[in-house]
Amino acid sequence: MATVSQTLACAASGADVSAGRSAADPHKHTTSPIVTGTSVVALKYKDGVMMAADTLGSYGSLSRFTDLRRIVTTGGYTLVGADGDYSDFQYVQDILKELEVEDACVADGITHSPKEIWCCMARILYHRRSKMNPLWNNLVIAGFHEGEAFLGTTDKIGTSYECDFVATGMGLHMAMPILRRHWKPNMSESEARELLESCMRTLFYRDCRTINKITFASATKKGPSVDEPVEVSTEWSYQSFVDPKAGSDTGGSW
Amino acid sequence: MVEENRADKSFPHVDGGFNFENFKRNVSFMNSDSGIKGTMPKAWKTGTTIVGVVFDGGVALAADTRATGNVIVDKNCEKIHYIAPNIYCCGAGTAADTEMTVSSISILQEPLRDTHDTGQISSQLELLRLNTAKSSRVVTAMTMLKRHLFNYQGHVSAALVLGGVDATGPHLYTVYPHGSTDKLPYVTMGSGSLAAMSVFETSYKDNLTEQEAIDLVAEAIKAGIFNDLGSGSNVDVCIITKDKVDMKRNFITPNDQGPLRASISKPATFGYFPPGTTKVVSTDIETFATVTTDVEMLEA
Repeated sequence: MATVSQTLACAASGADVSAGRSAADPHKHTTSPIVTGTSVVALKYKDGVMMAADTLGSYGSLSRFTDLRRIVTTGGYTLVGADGDYSDFQYVQDILKELEVEDACVADGITHSPKEIWCCMARILYHRRSKMNPLWNNLVIAGFHEGEAFLGTTDKIGTSYECDFVATGMGLHMAMPILRRHWKPNMSESEARELLESCMRTLFYRDCRTINKITFASATKKGPSVDEPVEVSTEWSYQSFVDPKAGSDTGGSW
Repeated sequence: MVEENRADKSFPHVDGGFNFENFKRNVSFMNSDSGIKGTMPKAWKTGTTIVGVVFDGGVALAADTRATGNVIVDKNCEKIHYIAPNIYCCGAGTAADTEMTVSSISILQEPLRDTHDTGQISSQLELLRLNTAKSSRVVTAMTMLKRHLFNYQGHVSAALVLGGVDATGPHLYTVYPHGSTDKLPYVTMGSGSLAAMSVFETSYKDNLTEQEAIDLVAEAIKAGIFNDLGSGSNVDVCIITKDKVDMKRNFITPNDQGPLRASISKPATFGYFPPGTTKVVSTDIETFATVTTDVEMLEA
């Protein structure tokens, strides 16, 4: 990420880049995200796909907005979740709206499938990266269409792939090991939900930029839906947490 | 004349404060012919997963066995170091730093031996045991380690998981390169620490049995091995209880290449070239010296 922002800064500082922009140009390039969301985690299960993300918008290290919805539904089949810059995600939602309008105008009874939306977003993100002005998001795109579950992801430079389970941001470091160990094909809804809660709980424990207010969403043959935020249960009553200085006359330490 | 060449004049011994003994050594490194002139030799980092957990009656420590520079330099290195008969320490960060800081044997070459600190932690603890006729306490080792590391302001890049059982019970600490410490029931350090911590946060509970603790730390290290590129190869486990220490070197070997290599078919004489394979054109024997085994008695 450092290299991207350095090269972007070079471009924005007025160097004469052919087909690029100069410092006098009113169009600015995204060089760093402002209001950010943290990890998104998703997995496929028996009935479709499940996704989770918390509702925090961080302003650097300030927990500024505590009710940002980072997972949206689109096109009647698809869930789109995002981490990274929230204003860029709002622009992504405008793009998704345009796709819906296009479908409605053509009115041939077909709407974009989740895979088509994923492909479209990957291309758009790569295009923006090539103009040195990325949309600073990692997108997770999931859905259930014509009897098949779909789950894919793209990052801000357009790296995209499909997988049975995905995580972004800090989730890559903490949730992926859990998913790799415990995910199996065709889990029931309650097993999938428990696994996802386990991931979100671990992230709440260890990621600095989270809150315990999490939206779970699912896409099944009934269509995509995003639930209202809930809390996950947490465990703070280990002996050493409750009474850390037990035997502190010999415990020493901080 | 002899006065000017004395070692203690070049390296004046100062009590307290910061120690700049290594300045001349560093200058000679920069000017030496081995490596790139003007740069310090790069230290090998271990890129590691190390963990510890307190269970009912003791402490379980575990580590992976991969050491990395730009490539894997050691596929099976030992990261769990001895500090005292009842205290062991896992080390992440620069391999030499963790080895040096805890070990009682210097691994530097002869000329540089003079410049390192007076006594490593385990040596210091042994002297203390001899002086006091008491077994060592984990908090003592922790205090010595943090004083040593703070003294070097983070330049000694050693991140340690220190665990042991002493007269006051089982204890587990982490020590960071700048000298800060934490006392916790479960800890992870190194590049694979997030993967290992995710195992602990989902599976730890109070009052684990010894077998549960072994299984838990092994799972945590495996998460590091398979999800972190800086960690790999095998799992070492060390169980410390009141009565004994059980060091299980290579407890799990999930990356054994033996079966794979064995399954590659090679001709029976592969790598073996019998005499006569290469045609001998001519033979020429020269005598350089005659060696005798006569014993010559010297004057007393």
